[in-house]
Amino acid sequence: MLQHQISRRAVLKSGGALVVGFTLGGSLSAVLPRTAAAGTAGVDKALVDSWLEIAADGSATVYTGKVELGTGVRTALAQMAAEEIGVPFDKVTLVQGDTDTTPDQGGTWGSLSVEVAGMEIRQAAATARAALVTRAAERLGVSADELEAVDGVIRVKDEPGKQVSIASLVGGERFEIPVDPKAQAKDPKSHTIVGQSIPRVDIPDKATGAYTYMQDVRVPDMLHGRVVRPPALKAELLDVDESSVAGIPGIVKVVREKNFLGVVARNEWAAIRGARALKARWSEWAGLPEQDKLYEHVRSSEIAEDLVMGEAGDPKTAIKGATKVLSATYTFAPHTHGSIGPSCAIAQFADGRLTVHSASQAPHFLRKQIADAMGMTPEQVRIVNHEGSGCYGRNGHEDASLDAAIMARAVGQPVRVQWTREDEHGWDPKGPPTLVDLRAGVDSRGHVIAWDSEFWEPTARGGLPHLIGAELAGRLESTSQHPGNVQHNANPPYGFANLRSVVHRLQETPLRPSWIRSPGRMQNTYANEAFMDELAANAGEDPVNYRLRYLTDPRGIAVLMAAVRKAGWATRPSPDPRQDGNSVARGRGVTYIKYENVRTYVAGVAEVEVDRNTGEIRVPRIVVAHDCGQIINPDGVLNQIEGQIVQTVSRTLMEQVTFDRSRVTSLDWNSYPILRFPQVPRVEVELINRPEEVPWGVGEPAACVVPSAIANAVFDATGVRLRDVPFRPDYVKSMLEQQA
Amino acid sequence: MARSISLNVNGKTAQVQVDDPQMPLLYALRDELGLHGPRFGCGLGQCGACTVIIDGKTVRSCIAPISEVGDKAITTLEGLGTPERPHPVQQAFIDEQAVQCGYCINGMVMEAKAFLDANPDPSEDQIKEALADNLCRCGTHIRIVRAVQRAARQTRRA
Repeated sequence: MLQHQISRRAVLKSGGALVVGFTLGGSLSAVLPRTAAAGTAGVDKALVDSWLEIAADGSATVYTGKVELGTGVRTALAQMAAEEIGVPFDKVTLVQGDTDTTPDQGGTWGSLSVEVAGMEIRQAAATARAALVTRAAERLGVSADELEAVDGVIRVKDEPGKQVSIASLVGGERFEIPVDPKAQAKDPKSHTIVGQSIPRVDIPDKATGAYTYMQDVRVPDMLHGRVVRPPALKAELLDVDESSVAGIPGIVKVVREKNFLGVVARNEWAAIRGARALKARWSEWAGLPEQDKLYEHVRSSEIAEDLVMGEAGDPKTAIKGATKVLSATYTFAPHTHGSIGPSCAIAQFADGRLTVHSASQAPHFLRKQIADAMGMTPEQVRIVNHEGSGCYGRNGHEDASLDAAIMARAVGQPVRVQWTREDEHGWDPKGPPTLVDLRAGVDSRGHVIAWDSEFWEPTARGGLPHLIGAELAGRLESTSQHPGNVQHNANPPYGFANLRSVVHRLQETPLRPSWIRSPGRMQNTYANEAFMDELAANAGEDPVNYRLRYLTDPRGIAVLMAAVRKAGWATRPSPDPRQDGNSVARGRGVTYIKYENVRTYVAGVAEVEVDRNTGEIRVPRIVVAHDCGQIINPDGVLNQIEGQIVQTVSRTLMEQVTFDRSRVTSLDWNSYPILRFPQVPRVEVELINRPEEVPWGVGEPAACVVPSAIANAVFDATGVRLRDVPFRPDYVKSMLEQQA
Repeated sequence: MARSISLNVNGKTAQVQVDDPQMPLLYALRDELGLHGPRFGCGLGQCGACTVIIDGKTVRSCIAPISEVGDKAITTLEGLGTPERPHPVQQAFIDEQAVQCGYCINGMVMEAKAFLDANPDPSEDQIKEALADNLCRCGTHIRIVRAVQRAARQTRRA
């Protein structure tokens, strides 16, 4: 298939195309610029040919800037393309995340692959189909509106035998037309591929060892590099004793550039041994805050800007008329991504260009960052994405990519850099610590008169998170910072008459931040929805009924009611009055979110068991109802929801990045434990499919319901309110003891 | 200096050149023999991504010195089956769509295979205990347990 595409492109681009050859895994492949606007300068999104090609055999190749992170998007996007063009699913191949050949569709983040990128592909495919139908109408002598495109043919709807194959209409030639933003997509009622649980195309290879992850990619003459990390985040490199690695066979070079220190060797084990053995002297640095005083530090951090995310009425005045004012402070610990496979990249220079093989979630952005850091133009850099280990946000892959580039240039040969577990846990950017103050005035019935909330979360400045290698090597003019759009969902999804939600975007946060599924939306929803539960308890009202007082969105109400129905929710206030004083207390809690207040709806019910003696929380069951509009692949959606629920149970109960004054100290799976099989909940999901609606994102929204659903369930079980994630046994036990 | 070590991998004998007898087996399997099944996850024996089966028992190849393997029979994920002819455990993972990123799946399949060989009719709790030292970050646990249950059923039936 690949060979076929390439030879076709060679024909297409017969006029002076620049051949960029490289070999991969032993098989030779050559890649040519695809369209007039493609190649080193990128791909023109305005042209249908930039998005898809139909070969002479009727198979289709779809080009997307979105990459596979383990979510199954390769399958889902292929379904959307196959449906819209009118070719069988198994005739579609995706090319993903190559900056020379795929359109820039932004990073693979924000639960936007189907919602935005899928819709861009759908529009290009609908344009292509319209062109095919026009040609078929001429060929068949009928009018275009009598025709349909399905299963690789254009046929007369009422006379299916009268047909012409799509391959014969375009196969092997370019469309040469712009994407028509008005091209009509297929009627969802006619869908036969979208909406089906088509098995994921990558799973057979992954289950048998035939898959090539980024970590498996090899290129000829490749050397192995490892980075030697400073003992403190901002330590300066004083001296390196290269003789300390002289006795290790296979060492090629010690690479030093300001504070960037690496070892390149002929084989991987030599690089590991060299990096461990290399003696270097570093300056001291202890600029991190004390972890015990982390949230005092956050509260006193300089505010870059205030974002007012919600405003209604006059909460400051209204709250003066309240019968009672409730207030609470919530915190959410810094987390690491914890991909099971540490980041990896290969860089190679050839013919004046740098090619970086990377599992980056954002190849087109990375291209600019690498170019900047290496003093090259973006046109001189090509990023080729290969799937890595699961990516839940901006982890270390981008950093490893620059590490490889720095070392490849230093040795004049391709270098593969594999981060260690310690690199990944210690040096990937972190989900930042979050602090939230909530205040509500209620009337004599406990109903909300005014809601006032403040959030302390880092700001974004200077673009995406800077590459750590650029910082170490002194190749940055200034650092940049981006924690994700953490302000989302600060505004509660309820119709309060007097409301103010303000996000204080902080100039700094102690550890280099980035987004982790789902940045801000999770932390903010946790605080809002746990506090909502406090208000319901204060009113002596059932937590679901209390939410329904303020919830007017019909789809929101539908999803909340679906979740409580499936969960078998008993209507009553919390805490559960029937607690019997047994050592294990049981409870249930609810949470609702409308993602970013504009899209996917999720409601969740968690059931917990709290061991009063040990403080241990078990979560035997979580029920979720989920409305993402049109569902592309129901089993794919289920897989995503189950995954993010389990992952977030782990984060809620266990996870916290630890650090001393100099650096991160949670550097492996013992010091940063995650959930194991015996602790995994049963997850029950109700999918609400709305085929007539647009498809919304799925990769993150459900994660957001977990922390507060658990906190609320613990309150239901014990009467104790957990306001600080993670809910580790020692913390829970101390809260139970305070209560007693 | 470099010496040649003979390994018995997936039923075939292979020679690898090794500078350091303490080098973990994983690097020989991946870098010398080009295998993709066993994966580097932590290098500490904590996550299970590198798991292989040696003489019927699961071994964390990232911390197993190559010099201690000797001529024992090493089985990797590739040694169980292929995409065209998967092993029943692999087939069960495919049938249950028990993969997200799949980086941990090598360890899950290998651990399950060795476990089911010794325990053909396990309870759900026993499966969870058997996999307790294999970490998954995508949260695929629920499907993985279902896949192991399916594999157990099908193997008993066969």
